[in-house]
Amino acid sequence: MAEIIRNPNDIKVAQAPAGYEGPGFFATSLDKAVGLARKNSIWPLPFATSCCGIEFMATMASTYDFARFGSERLSFSPRQADLLMVMGTIAKKMGPVLRQVYEQMAEPRWVLSVGACASSGGIFDSYSVLQGIDHIIPVDVYVPGCPPRPEQILDGVLNIQKLVHNESLRRRNSPEYKAMLNSFGIE
Amino acid sequence: MTKPDIEQIANKLKEKFSHAIISQEQSYDYPVFVVDKNELLHIIRFLYEDENFQFRYLTTLCGIHYPGTEKPFALMVQVHSLIHNIRLRFKAFTSDNEPRFDSLTSIFSAANWMEREAYDFYGFHFNGHPNLKRILNVDDMDYFPMRKEYPVEDRTRYDKDDTMFGREKAGYKEMN
Repeated sequence: MAEIIRNPNDIKVAQAPAGYEGPGFFATSLDKAVGLARKNSIWPLPFATSCCGIEFMATMASTYDFARFGSERLSFSPRQADLLMVMGTIAKKMGPVLRQVYEQMAEPRWVLSVGACASSGGIFDSYSVLQGIDHIIPVDVYVPGCPPRPEQILDGVLNIQKLVHNESLRRRNSPEYKAMLNSFGIE
Repeated sequence: MTKPDIEQIANKLKEKFSHAIISQEQSYDYPVFVVDKNELLHIIRFLYEDENFQFRYLTTLCGIHYPGTEKPFALMVQVHSLIHNIRLRFKAFTSDNEPRFDSLTSIFSAANWMEREAYDFYGFHFNGHPNLKRILNVDDMDYFPMRKEYPVEDRTRYDKDDTMFGREKAGYKEMN
């Protein structure tokens, strides 16, 4: 049986942000420290309605191991979640439910739209299916695929991490952000 | 109790409801009766109550739309006699654009949701239904989607842009 030997030097630890370092102290800006902390401790809320949810289960399981990226802990309460992962077909009847879940999440919050159905309605171009969740809530990252492989879902989450890492602390208070939410009818 | 064959049942129906049985045919292994829509309830009730037949299981009830025909809307009902293992199908046609049928809920409780479905998708009304409202679609939907008079594709879809993908509009006309 082949034995996997890993070089301990391959293990990457999150890099400290740029800052001013001296004996016994380290100074950096709050944005960077908060961004680093948030980025590596995202609590996702999986909103799985169909086959993309099955791919997400694989993403969570040991082979792909979502926990490696600091998202060990799923939140099944929207009030504690940072990231809403919408995976699957959202019927028009499910729309208000999804919207309520989004509204219950505390700021800052991000949305990942996984798969063709959540992103655009997919093959379900039909009277009963919402043609993309961006009709009702803002989306940060789209993951294409029908369904996407776990690698693609991980890539989507890593892109979310980039957004989280680089987000300004004032963004959520800005008039542009409020106007964007208002355009979805969310106060 | 001897198992009645289809002809016996058909004869009995024609005897009792001579004016209401419009036609009878065999669709694969299914006997199909086209009946007067005003008599459908009485026929089903007769088959239910008849001690010999005992059609006491409602398998299916749904709406049908045959666009472009004289009577485009039909209600289809399938009943099953569990003791004889015989199934019958009934179709009641109407030309009315807002079809109105007698509810079967007084015979079968199962008809309740099936009739709500027929209302939801085809806009059929049922006299005597206790709770006729939409069952599957969103409550504020303002049309009956399974009627074949609406585009198949959803009107809020915007990524299937013909100018970008050169489907019929952009491609064919320029070539000819």
